[in-house]
Amino acid sequence: MAECHPVGFQWVVEARARGAKVFHIDPRFTRTSAIADRYIPIRAGSDIVLLGALVNHVLTHELDFREYVLAYTNASTIVSEDFQDTEDLDGLFSGFDPETRAYDPSSWAYEGTEEAAAGLRGEQLEGGRHHAEAAGAEQYGSGGAPAPSKSPTDPTLTHPRCVYQVLKRHFARYTPELVAELCGISPEDFAELADAITANSGRERTTAWAYAVGWTQHTVGAQYIRTASILQLLLGNMGRPGGGILALRGHASIQGSTDIPTLFNILPGYLPMPHAHRHEGLDDYLSQAGPDTGFWGRKRSYTVSLLKAWWGDAATEENDFCFDYLPRLTGDHGHYTTVMGQIDGTVKGYFVVGENPAVGSSGGKAQRLGLANLDWLVVRDLTLVETATFWKDGPELQTGEMRTEDIATEVFFLPAASHVEKEGTFTNTQRLLQWREKALEPPGDCRSDLSFYYHLGKRIRQRVGDDEIDRPLRELTWDYPEHGEQREPSGEAVLREINGTGPDGRTLSAYTELKADGSTRCGCWIYCGVYADEVNQAARRKPGSEQTWVAPEWGWAWPANRRMLYNRASADPEGRPWSERKAYIWWDADKGEWTGHDVPDFEKNKPPDYLPPDGALAEAALAGTDPFIMQPDGRGWLYAPAGLADGPMPAHYEPHESPVRNPLYGQQSNPAREIYPRAESPYNPPESPRFPHVLTTYRLTEHHTAGAMSRPLAHLAELQPALFCEVSPLLAAELGLVNGGWATIVTTRTAIEARVLVTDRVRPLRIQGRVIHQIGLPYHWGWGSGGLTTGDAVNDLLPIVLDPNVYIQEGKAVTCDLRPGRRPRGRALLDLIEEYRRG
Amino acid sequence: MAGGKNWISRWPVFRQLMGESGRGDAARSARTDALRPRTEKADSVARSICPYCAVGCGQLVYVKDGRVSQIEGDPDSPISRGRLCPKGSASKQLVTHPGRQTQVLYRRPHGTEWERLDLETAMDMIADRVVRTRRETWQQEDEGKVVRRTMGIASLGGATLDNEENYLMKKLYTALGAIQVENQARI
Repeated sequence: MAECHPVGFQWVVEARARGAKVFHIDPRFTRTSAIADRYIPIRAGSDIVLLGALVNHVLTHELDFREYVLAYTNASTIVSEDFQDTEDLDGLFSGFDPETRAYDPSSWAYEGTEEAAAGLRGEQLEGGRHHAEAAGAEQYGSGGAPAPSKSPTDPTLTHPRCVYQVLKRHFARYTPELVAELCGISPEDFAELADAITANSGRERTTAWAYAVGWTQHTVGAQYIRTASILQLLLGNMGRPGGGILALRGHASIQGSTDIPTLFNILPGYLPMPHAHRHEGLDDYLSQAGPDTGFWGRKRSYTVSLLKAWWGDAATEENDFCFDYLPRLTGDHGHYTTVMGQIDGTVKGYFVVGENPAVGSSGGKAQRLGLANLDWLVVRDLTLVETATFWKDGPELQTGEMRTEDIATEVFFLPAASHVEKEGTFTNTQRLLQWREKALEPPGDCRSDLSFYYHLGKRIRQRVGDDEIDRPLRELTWDYPEHGEQREPSGEAVLREINGTGPDGRTLSAYTELKADGSTRCGCWIYCGVYADEVNQAARRKPGSEQTWVAPEWGWAWPANRRMLYNRASADPEGRPWSERKAYIWWDADKGEWTGHDVPDFEKNKPPDYLPPDGALAEAALAGTDPFIMQPDGRGWLYAPAGLADGPMPAHYEPHESPVRNPLYGQQSNPAREIYPRAESPYNPPESPRFPHVLTTYRLTEHHTAGAMSRPLAHLAELQPALFCEVSPLLAAELGLVNGGWATIVTTRTAIEARVLVTDRVRPLRIQGRVIHQIGLPYHWGWGSGGLTTGDAVNDLLPIVLDPNVYIQEGKAVTCDLRPGRRPRGRALLDLIEEYRRG
Repeated sequence: MAGGKNWISRWPVFRQLMGESGRGDAARSARTDALRPRTEKADSVARSICPYCAVGCGQLVYVKDGRVSQIEGDPDSPISRGRLCPKGSASKQLVTHPGRQTQVLYRRPHGTEWERLDLETAMDMIADRVVRTRRETWQQEDEGKVVRRTMGIASLGGATLDNEENYLMKKLYTALGAIQVENQARI
């Protein structure tokens, strides 16, 4: 965190100064480790073992925050007797189909859901494959999967099939000994960590977990975070100040680009993109687009308001509000599958906007093969990134695999406006929207992406005819005020459309005002309120020193300016703060409302003793003690009866490429992981002696992602002037590597060279009785982008193998070989790789 | 002014040679006392946000004579309290460095060099290609189900852009029937 989010880390430092204890668990020693109370090195790819052992520790010693667990989680719910665990099936959960390598999750359900789940849609329950293949899990960015709101429970937590007991059996073999064997963490270090987090949780205290998004880049990435969620729910650390699981995201508005998604599988506000085989009409879609209870129960209002924002008066009740205009998914249309489509020739045209896949994505060669097979490519960026220049200077030209003259791709490079040359909002990692004022006009041909897409859209609309297929373009609402000589469209007008308007044309104040009858328009329901009272709330800048510590008048956070989600859980079931020390939101019985330091993430006037009537829908179906209001049952899920592609509970699987055998199960790696069995996507075999070391990649403070925003800057290039690999003194001695000299790092994808940094910051770990070496590589380099420092592209080493829930690649734990000296040039590089592939 | 014992005794080199700390008052001279921060002379200042990671630190962007003269941390921000990291502190270079491209460039199929292109011409050419590719790759049905889409056009990027930009992208692509729309959040 100190390395990648230095300014955010000031708050950790401040907490430590006030007595907090800081643990840093990471394969490499960083600036965070230097300041932490304890640094614990771990083998990359083994986190579920550590987190699972902490869960086991809590359950075995009954250290959970029992009152919280009983009231706010699904611990007492009884699971179907059809469910079989990985402990029963040697690493598989029930419902796995080896042919399709996918789960049918129906046996994971709660007991009695056949009857109780009358409102639960079969496809979501049964639809493991369809659900997974369209990355359905990502839709839970703002809530849970459908499940019945009421199921049989055992509040004594003793029923053998209640979630608490199922969990206890599942994690029983995740012991401190296993942690030592797989993570390389000693029982003493484990005990210190376990004692610290349990002693620091409960009524008076809370513990937070923070991860930089390296946790997501694993074939079990979603389950890493699930394991942390289970631990935090058991300890009562969710929805409370000083608690939570904090995702430290790495791009200025990567949260915003998920909320208002440039992602294939979701629409704004985490509504799913419709699927051809499930969503023929609006009613079909809505029956499956999320649960009917909890706040997802208002999904018809969210969807209809979005369709009205996009197609205006053309969207009517009679035509399903133009729902047919939405194109349909039929499977995985994610980034890596799209690249395979480029190689296969189905994808002809490609826009790359502020991104640099030629060096920034895993398996760079596949990316460049794809780029070289396009009809046309549009790149928009500040500098000539490698994605724009691959035809002129890509590595395949040096090896002879490509020739410039043979590449038929037509390339348009359009220079982009910088962040100071345009106005608009970023959404930061805590869901906070902050408006940026424009400081000056962009130079030359530089334009904002807002301008590019607006004017491109106008041109396209001028070119389409009367055909039926053009109707969604013709009828699209596409009219924003233009300003200045450059005819820049108004960002505020777009933000206002995102916020939404009512029948009177005035902006709405909250998503609860949205209607399903077509009388409201809203481009993204979770952002409704950012333009409340016709005021750009994201532009608010009341100084932090003049507000409370929650700082509610700086910017605007979704939803409804709530700074902490699910904060009803900061009070006990009766609505009183768990302790004065941790007071945040509480029930004021005299006024009949929730009040406190933040905006309550709960219906303001719903009393703690409210009980839902039978058949209630949406938020009315949740009791006054159900804090997780986006979940169908209002509870935190220790066990997920639906919604995940690879199991209702996390299980440890080794990375796709690992030097270690999985001692827990016969199943070595995540059985549902996404692989691409084709020549452009080779893999290192598991436990291969040719690739004995663990390779992990990461960022440095002084550079940014693939480097296009840092390598051309003199100050930053000087601070970190060259690509290096971090190796331990032991490994350096074994291989004859010299500090400051060169080393070559090899996988079946390619070999790259880097300067050697011999350092104790990466430590050899004793795993299963032998020494495993880890090699660390920062991934900021490439050959172009106007870089004042250049180097090989580390991502070229990585395999294309994905988490089955969200299709993120495994970039943080792979295997490699390491050799002294520089890599071969030209054809000889290919010969070296061929030699390795032969084994 | 530059003469006499008084001048010598105030000369920083002399004072430091005589034992005063070079990190204190003895570092001052008449010239350094006359220095004023660039930010004081700015024609305007815009309240902005750092474009690198997702912490969202406040920035103050100072403009003088139509150029960015300085970017500093915004002390009012309850998130960053005026601080910036090495990248945020270097972001003036991000917007002013000489390697920044300000012209449209075009590489024709099989071409070996970049060519110049007028922005309006480039916009027209791109629009032509989108319309043509969409029409040529239009898919009305797939396995008997209506899909109304093109698998011929894809897009990558968004995490470094504004919400308003992502919104127009998703809206336009969806109306075009382009579904292979992705960004860094997938990576």
